This record gives sequence, C-alpha cells and structure tokens, in this order.
Amino acid sequence: MQKKFDIYKLIDLFIPILAVLAALAVGAVILLFQDANPLEAYSAMFSGAFTNKNGMADTLVKAIPLLLVALGVAIAFRGGVINIGAEGQLIMGALLTTWLGLQLGDTLPGWLVIIIGMLGGAMMGGLWAAVPGLLKAYLGVNEILSTIMMNQIAIQIAFFLLRGPMIDPAELEAGTNIPQSARLARSADLPRFTDMAKALGFTKTAEELGLTGFTAELYGLFVEPTRLHSGLIIAIVLAILVYVLLWRTTIGFRIRTVGENKAASRYAGINVKRYIVLSITLGGVFAGLAGAIEILGLHHRMFEPTAVSAGYGFSGIVVALFGFLNPLGIIPSAILFGGLLVGGDKMQRAMQIPQVLITVILGLVVLFVVSADIWVKRRATRRVSVEEPASPADPDPPPSNIPPAEAAT
Amino acid sequence: MNENLTILAIVLGILHSGIRLATPYLYASLGEMFGQRSGVLNLGVEGIMLLGAFFGFFATFQTGNPWLGFLAAMVVGALMGLLMAFISVTLKAEQGISGIGLYLFGLGASSLLFKTMLGTVEGVSGFAPLNFCLSSVGIDSSFCLSQVPIAGDIVFSHSVMTYIAYALVPISAWVLGRTTIGLKIKAVGQNPEAADSLGVSVDRTRYMTVTFGGLMAGIAGASLSISLLNIFQENMTNGLGFIAVALVYFGGWSPWGVLVGALLFSTVNALQLWAQVLGLNIPSDVAVMLPYLMTILALALPIRRAAQPAALTRPFTRGEN
Repeated sequence: MQKKFDIYKLIDLFIPILAVLAALAVGAVILLFQDANPLEAYSAMFSGAFTNKNGMADTLVKAIPLLLVALGVAIAFRGGVINIGAEGQLIMGALLTTWLGLQLGDTLPGWLVIIIGMLGGAMMGGLWAAVPGLLKAYLGVNEILSTIMMNQIAIQIAFFLLRGPMIDPAELEAGTNIPQSARLARSADLPRFTDMAKALGFTKTAEELGLTGFTAELYGLFVEPTRLHSGLIIAIVLAILVYVLLWRTTIGFRIRTVGENKAASRYAGINVKRYIVLSITLGGVFAGLAGAIEILGLHHRMFEPTAVSAGYGFSGIVVALFGFLNPLGIIPSAILFGGLLVGGDKMQRAMQIPQVLITVILGLVVLFVVSADIWVKRRATRRVSVEEPASPADPDPPPSNIPPAEAAT
Repeated sequence: MNENLTILAIVLGILHSGIRLATPYLYASLGEMFGQRSGVLNLGVEGIMLLGAFFGFFATFQTGNPWLGFLAAMVVGALMGLLMAFISVTLKAEQGISGIGLYLFGLGASSLLFKTMLGTVEGVSGFAPLNFCLSSVGIDSSFCLSQVPIAGDIVFSHSVMTYIAYALVPISAWVLGRTTIGLKIKAVGQNPEAADSLGVSVDRTRYMTVTFGGLMAGIAGASLSISLLNIFQENMTNGLGFIAVALVYFGGWSPWGVLVGALLFSTVNALQLWAQVLGLNIPSDVAVMLPYLMTILALALPIRRAAQPAALTRPFTRGEN
C-alpha cells in the first residue's frame, strides 16, 4: 500500500488540541465569573510551569506518573478494557514498594533495593488489576465499576496498614499518630538529575558558566539541585517499549485486535478472555510502577494514599486520550498535563483561584475528546464504503481513538 | 435484662439508619435504571450528585427553604443529564469514558463553587424529621406516630425526602410495567432497530430517560446535603454515585430489585457506622471497605444477568444494520 499524504490524519491530530482549547475557553468563562482575568490566570499558569527551572522540574516530576499511568490506560483501552482503577493500582504498588524498601533497606545495597522495589510495585499493581480483569473475562463484571470499587478498597487497605503495621515508629513515640510510614533508607533514593550530572562532571552552576535567560533555566533544570529524578528516563524508555509492544509484536497485535473486534478475534483463534486479562494486568503493572517510582524518586515514604495517587488515575486517562492512546503521543501529552497541574498550583498561589479549576478542565477535555470522536467515526465508515478496507497488518492506529466497550458480555 | 435492652436499642438504631441511608441510593439508582433500561449507561452519576448536593445546599443556605434547594438540585441535575444525553445520544460518544468526564467535571465544579461561594463547611437546617404528629393535622393531641414503640421510630421519624424516595419505587415499577412510556423505554433498550421501525423515537426516548436520570441524581446529592447530613463538603459522595450505578446491575434493572439492593447496602453502611460508634474491635478501615467489596461480589453474582437490556451502551444509528 502506497503511503500518501492524508489530510484527514492532520485534522484528527488537531481534535485533541481543539478539545483542550475548548476546555480552556470554558475555563476562561468560569474565571470571568470569579472576577479574574483569564489571560492573566493562564499566563500565570504557563509561566509557573514552563519558564523557570523549578517550575519545569515540577512539571516533569508530575509528568512521570502521568506518563506511566497513561501508558497502562492506553494498553488496556487498546485491548477494549476501560481501566479506571489506576488510582488503586498505583496505591497498592506504592504500598508494596514501601514495605520492601523498609524491610530490605538496611541489608541490601541501594540499587538492588530500588530494582526489587520497582519490580514489587509493578507486580502488585498488575495483581490488583488482574482481579477486575478476571472478573470481566470470566464473570462478565463491568470493569469500570469493579475498578472504581477496587480503588476505594486500596485506599482503605493503605489507611489500615499505615495506621497499624506500617506506621512510622516515630509517629507512635511522638503520639501524633499521623498515618505514614518511616522514611526509606537514603541509599534507596532514585538518583536525581543533579546527582547524575555531578557524577558526569557537570559541577558548575548556570551563573558560573555565564548563562542567562531560558538557557540558564534549562541548564539549571538538569544540573542544579531540583526535584527532577531519573524516573523520567525510565518512563520515556518504557513509552518507547510499549510502542514496540503494541505495533511491532504479535502480543500487541492480538491485544489491539481483541480491542477492535472481539467476535473477529475469536474467529481468528485468539483466546479473547486471556487477552482481556492480559491487557488490563499490563495496565496495572504500569500504574503500580508509577506508584513505586513516586515512592523511590519523590516521596521516599508512604503517606495518605489519596495524596500519593493525587488523582493520577483519572488525569492519566485524560493524558492517554490526548495522546491518541499512542505511547509516542502520550509522552508530550504527559508533559503538557503535568504542566497544567503545576500551573494550576501556581495560579492558586498567585491569584487565589482554586486549583480544582484544573479538575473541571480535565473533565471538559475528556467530554470534548469523546464527543469529537463522532467525526472520526463518521468519516471512517464513509471511507470504508468507497475505498478497499485497510489491511489488518496496517501499522497505523485504528481510525477511532476510542475502542468500543461493552457493559458486560 | 439491661443488656438485652441495649442490644434491642442497637438493632433498632441500625434499622433506622439503614432506612434513612438508603435515600440517596434510591434516587440515584432509580433514575439511572431508566437510563440503562433505554440503553444508556451514565457513569457520571457521582459528578451529578456532587453538583446536586452543592446547589441543593447553597439554595437552602441562601433562602432557608429546603424546597428551593430540592428544586435547584433537580434543575442542575436535569441539565447535567441533558448534557450526558447530548453526548451519548446525539454525538454517540463512548458512554463509559463520557461518564468519567462528567464525573471529573462535577467533582471539580462542585469543589470550585464550594471554595469560591462558601469557603468553609457550614450547616443548614434542611428537611426535618416529620414524626407524623397528630397536632400537625389539627387534632388536639401531643401524640406522634414516631412514639409508637419499636416500629414508630424506625418508620415514622424520617424526613420528607426519604418518604418520597420510597414512594418512587412502586411509581417507577408502575411506569415501567404498566404504561406506554415504560414499554417504549424497554423496547428502545432491548431492540432499538425494531422500536424505531415501529415509529418509536429512540433518540427522544433516550434523551428523556437520561435527563430524568440526571434529575434524580441531582436530588440524590441534595438528599445528602439538605436531608441526611445538612452540610456540604468537597467530594462528600465519596463513591456513592458509582455504587448507585452498580446497584442497578445488582437489582436486575427492576425497581424492586433496586430497593432490595439499596436497603442491603445502606444497612451495611449503618452497621459499619454503628460498629464505630460502639467501638467494636473492627478496624474502621476494614468496615469502610465492606460496601465496596460487597459491590464487586454483587456484580459477580450471575443472577438476573439475562435481564440486562440488550442495547446497553450501544448508540443507535438509523439504517446501520
């Protein structure tokens, strides 16, 4: 099949962007009602998130869990499973990572604790996702509802453990009884970018090198002490691997086939049930890993579960949709929405506009993206009747961005 | 003897709370049931409930009249339902994800409104318990039905919102089973192509049920903020709206099934609250977990799976098949 320039692909590319712009426009109307200048608010958001080294570092630090969660969501969506449970999978992953870190931190070298912690977190997230996967595949339980319930159960398990078995002994001693664990051994901290830069010989600050303006901020982002940690590298490498998995391997092909058309997959001899469980479990692995990396790279201890998961399970869905459910699209998407979250925080501080405005905008982005899907679908059906059907081995993403989902089959 | 009395009091207390706490489930689940019967799964109930809770509270707070709060919650709920109907019926969007969008929007908007318009958690005097006193109907007696031993307090000491919720169960069953509109709803959810060919407007029917579902979800939220708790807090529904959606599955898409499910869940909630009040040796986290665990188990039960509307979550396009 000859590759030709496809104007429709270009239009499709703009749909999520238009969705974000439309959501921001509605946000602007809300800001006007709050007697705030939308331009001022949005520019406070943008400059807070993208123009100085600390803001950029925070943006990328938030992009790490968003990217990982969105990868998981995308794999599951591609397999026709709507995974709303990343929140709980992330919490369970973070819990096991913390426990492993506390148990092994004093006896094993740091790098080994990090590896075991990440593997453990990923595994736990996968297990937590496998439950709704099995329930969907074999008992026909609607996965949206079951994953939401699993989220609530994970939150309660975390509180139970953090108030009892896993509580920081110092909290008991001080009598404050805040539900949080002890800090993990410092040797098990994921290296920060500044540590790595130092090891590579970059010791001078931007000022000493005579850098100014944005270059100085960019240099500072990677070299000077910020919160940016190496989880970013892991997340980006994994995004590329997921792309390869989904579009260059048989397993990925089968996952996508099951997501596109269950009946045809069954006819082609694919074990549909197994691939349903596989796709959501893989999704859980990524959410669990996000939890592990949040603990090892950022928090270094487990505390209030909803503050650790921070709504990433839901914002990750937005990131995945905005990135066309394509791992390579999800990388910039995660950075953009990381910036939106950080910018919302800066806007709240600068202009006293509640940060929850960002949640409203996220909801609107979802609604606009899903609504716009009708244009893509309508054209796809029109084209199929004129052109010959696309070959099944077509490596391009399917025309619709949203896989069809069933309530319970 | 004394101990027996305490146990009796506790059991009565649990039953009383159980009947009371079923109120939001009943409104939300009955409304959602009509939507699902016509083929639309609205997962945004939680978000609509939060908005209903806020507007119901705010209107009551401003005017002192809970009926205006009730009305405000209905209106905002219906508007959100209309939005969901537009997205899922006219734009034929994927219903599960649209619902999540609606949830995030409702969660964010209700918190934003709370922060900018109220700022702090305040109380209102919402709907008071009725007690059914004879004096209120002009009979010169201080006797109230709620004073009847044992059953009196359990049955006759709730607010008007609770009684409306229970009254809606037989009404819903009648509408669904005995009226033309009920027949149309079921036909559209079971076989939209056939319904369409017989001149039933699939889109109009679905618009109606989904808007009504939103209206009911709005009232469900208000039942928390102006009848059961009389406060508004951010994210005060805490997953209740999602359980309400699950209850429709649990109840086999029938109003009576929904009633059984709502009572079962609210009684478990009540048990959990009482276990904490009594300081029983159950960690509160484990107790709080129970309803969610039960929801998953209930969804896994194979009973009445056949009752699921055949066209649930399937958008309808004329001439597609």
